Amino acid sequence: MGNKQTIFTDEQLDAYQDCTFFTRKEILRLHGRYHELAPHLVPMDYTNEPDVTIPLALIVSMPELNENPFRNRIVESFSEDGAGNLSFNDFVDMFSVLSETAPRELKAIYAFKIYDFNVDNFLCKEDLEKTLNKLTREELSPEEVTLVCEKAIEEADLDGDSKLSFADFENMITRAPDFLR
Amino acid sequence: EEEKVGEEKPEVLSPEELEKLKEEVDERKKLISTLRGKPWPMRKKLLTLRESHEFVEKYEGALGKGKSRKLYAYKVMMLKKWMKFQRDFENFKTACVPWEMKIKEIESKYVSYLFLLYPCTVLLVLPGCLLFFNLAEKALMGRPYGSMPRKTVPRADEANAMDFAVLWDFGGYAQYSVLFYGYYNSQRAIGWLKFRMPLSYFLVGVGTVAYSYMVVIRTMARNANEDGGGDNNSFNFSWKMFTSWDYLIGNPETADNKFASITTSFKEAILEEQESRKDDNIHLTRFLRVLANFLVLCCLAGSGYLIYFVVRRSQKFALEGLESHSWWERNEVNMVMSLLGMFCPMLFDVISALENYHPRIALQWQLGRIFALFLGNLYTFIIALMDEINLKREEEEVLKLNMTIWEASLYNGTLGANSTAPPITVHPADIPRGPCWETMVGQEFVRLIVSDTMTTYITLLIGDFLRAVLVRFLNYCWCWDLEAGFPSYSEFDVSGNVLGLIFNQGMIWMGAFYAPCLPALNVLRLHVSMYLQCWAVMCCNVPQERVFKASGSNNFYMAMLLVILFLSTLPAIYTIVTIPPSFDCGPFSGKSRMFDVIQETLESDFPAWFGKVFSYASNPGLVLPFLLLMVLAIYYLQSTSKSYKQANLELKKKLQTVSRTINKVLTLIQYLLYSLCGTCTDIVCPPESTPCKGGEHRAHQGKSDHQIPPSATSPPAPRGHRIPGPLPGNQWQPAPSVQRVPNSQRH
Repeated sequence: MGNKQTIFTDEQLDAYQDCTFFTRKEILRLHGRYHELAPHLVPMDYTNEPDVTIPLALIVSMPELNENPFRNRIVESFSEDGAGNLSFNDFVDMFSVLSETAPRELKAIYAFKIYDFNVDNFLCKEDLEKTLNKLTREELSPEEVTLVCEKAIEEADLDGDSKLSFADFENMITRAPDFLR
Repeated sequence: EEEKVGEEKPEVLSPEELEKLKEEVDERKKLISTLRGKPWPMRKKLLTLRESHEFVEKYEGALGKGKSRKLYAYKVMMLKKWMKFQRDFENFKTACVPWEMKIKEIESKYVSYLFLLYPCTVLLVLPGCLLFFNLAEKALMGRPYGSMPRKTVPRADEANAMDFAVLWDFGGYAQYSVLFYGYYNSQRAIGWLKFRMPLSYFLVGVGTVAYSYMVVIRTMARNANEDGGGDNNSFNFSWKMFTSWDYLIGNPETADNKFASITTSFKEAILEEQESRKDDNIHLTRFLRVLANFLVLCCLAGSGYLIYFVVRRSQKFALEGLESHSWWERNEVNMVMSLLGMFCPMLFDVISALENYHPRIALQWQLGRIFALFLGNLYTFIIALMDEINLKREEEEVLKLNMTIWEASLYNGTLGANSTAPPITVHPADIPRGPCWETMVGQEFVRLIVSDTMTTYITLLIGDFLRAVLVRFLNYCWCWDLEAGFPSYSEFDVSGNVLGLIFNQGMIWMGAFYAPCLPALNVLRLHVSMYLQCWAVMCCNVPQERVFKASGSNNFYMAMLLVILFLSTLPAIYTIVTIPPSFDCGPFSGKSRMFDVIQETLESDFPAWFGKVFSYASNPGLVLPFLLLMVLAIYYLQSTSKSYKQANLELKKKLQTVSRTINKVLTLIQYLLYSLCGTCTDIVCPPESTPCKGGEHRAHQGKSDHQIPPSATSPPAPRGHRIPGPLPGNQWQPAPSVQRVPNSQRH
């Protein structure tokens, strides 16, 4: 469109625009941010799709993620190896899902993955306890934590197995007024 | 299937195969367009995208052969161009969002401000329309300044028409400028384009109001859809746990506050859950609340009376001539209104300490009271304005009489009663001018808005900046800690600011008909405000301690905006319909009512039958039943929506019981199969084959779960961890340490 950039080919940019909720300008900006995180690792020229990943510790140092109590889980959920090393594809994907234009259903799917600490496709009591402790920075006493987790499971569990499957989670989260961020 | 089709020559495809191919191509296209919403890893998405593109391109050509080939190819090309255009437009739109980076920066520090962008579009479109309209009048065909009496400063005022004091008051040259209603010519069609000036003035006025309504209601509907509707209390703890963190927070201070507020909210909820509320002293609380409301009512009544009194006094001053009074006395009305708007909310805050409500409810009460205050003040102002309008109209009558006398004196007895003579040219500045009440109204509104702006800026500078400076520098030599205790830095009050914006917009709506350039002025003011506030927010404010919103959705503020829109357009509409326009100024001069212009247009520009149809349609006998019908329809829709909500709730409860039942039945079946296969392993089933479904395999795998058939919404397997298993759906096994739980442990 008049911008002569050599980071991506036009087909690559179009493909990214089709696969994410970002516009061309935003994708280029994202690449800038990605590059900033590790300038010696990340090449400026992505036309031949280099296989570069950035480790978890660098990603969570971004100001957008730095204050988030779930930052580690977020990055892990989007990484291919499960350990938090993000390639640029994963990086773009992560921010696409976190962006405002992503629909609620998609965010619900990934939110479930984020809160699922032991990665067993269910939110069991331990997952909830970990979530709560991260959220309150462990300011609540253990009895209070137990009470809250039990209440949450009681409210949302539809099939009575005392843990939340994705169906339970989705049913509960789509009704929440605040759920979009 | 792909290979099969590819092998045949495209021309020999039978119609059914063609149809199937077309379906497949359509499906692929749909897949491409929904790809971004799929929860797949990016690698998979890119691969799928490439494959689908290749498939579509390869077979699109094949499909094109046949009778409608050209049309089909044309359609495909147009579609591609359209998508490209849409994409470019989206890119362009994001480039155009003003202050995008600034807003993001602030959002990371404070609660989000996003929804204000919606009214911003309204604010920007309004002056666009009105500006265009002005330029049309001026540039295309309007007569310039000085050519007509209404466009010229009267001779008597000429001496001080350029004085700053007079201009600041919007008198002098400003009064006779494009800014106000009185400038516009009432000639029916102007220039070679036959531009219908009065009609377009009227239509633009009405059109901007209609557009504003549409935008507000559409935004509300969109917000309501996202809300989902339904009961608000059933997932209290779950929502607190999963949705309370604001992912936009990027500032450590805000994060700390957010953590603290989350913890507090959990503790509150726990407390409420643990002990039942003891209603001791319910009577005392009730009494205090009644007392508080009574005090608030007194405040409101007092402020209303004060404004009325001040407006009356200013009328008295005006009669005596404005020059003999001090600056304060001349601007009393505006200053009093602005000061009341500043101090009364603080008073309400203090009074609300009596009431002892939950903070969210207290905030709603507070906003409601401020709303009532502003509304009361505004309406008192308008009533007083009405009195002035009536005064001016009386003046006008007197003037009309005097005009005939003056005209006669011009000719100075050189003519008889009925002879014609060349009209004597008189300079426009010398013709006596009627008091134009519409311009006066416009002036009042503009003055009000200017003084409101000034008050806001001064409050900002003093209340925020000066305070911050004092606290910072006096802290070194003061006895108590200024930063932690009183007065400390001022908090950024989101709801107060939003309310201010909403009221500002209300005043614009009220005055826009009589001062057409008002929205443009307002855009200027908003720009300056934006920069000033941005600076103040980043340098002198601290985030609010309790970070919460007045309502679950943005619809609360949108609803307020809608109410204000309605209430502000009401006075304008009233004046249009009941008060006859001035005889010598404005686009409707000479008519008996402003909306007569519509009548005229219908009669002269449209064919005759149109006028007849219109007059039948506007017959009260037709309109009243129609209104009745609409009221009944609203009632009907309201009751059906209530019954749907009810049905919803019941279905949800049923869903819960049914899934629990299914769960129990399935575990029972599992148990039976397990015990069956357990016995039959020895006899019939060798370990590797699978005649015994389900139970046995599950025995060997790690965790067993109730096998509710996997729904379409089950989440995808975590990336890279997928171990393909024999089960359908996305069940997969975790580390083998988790043993299968025997059924007896289930409830």
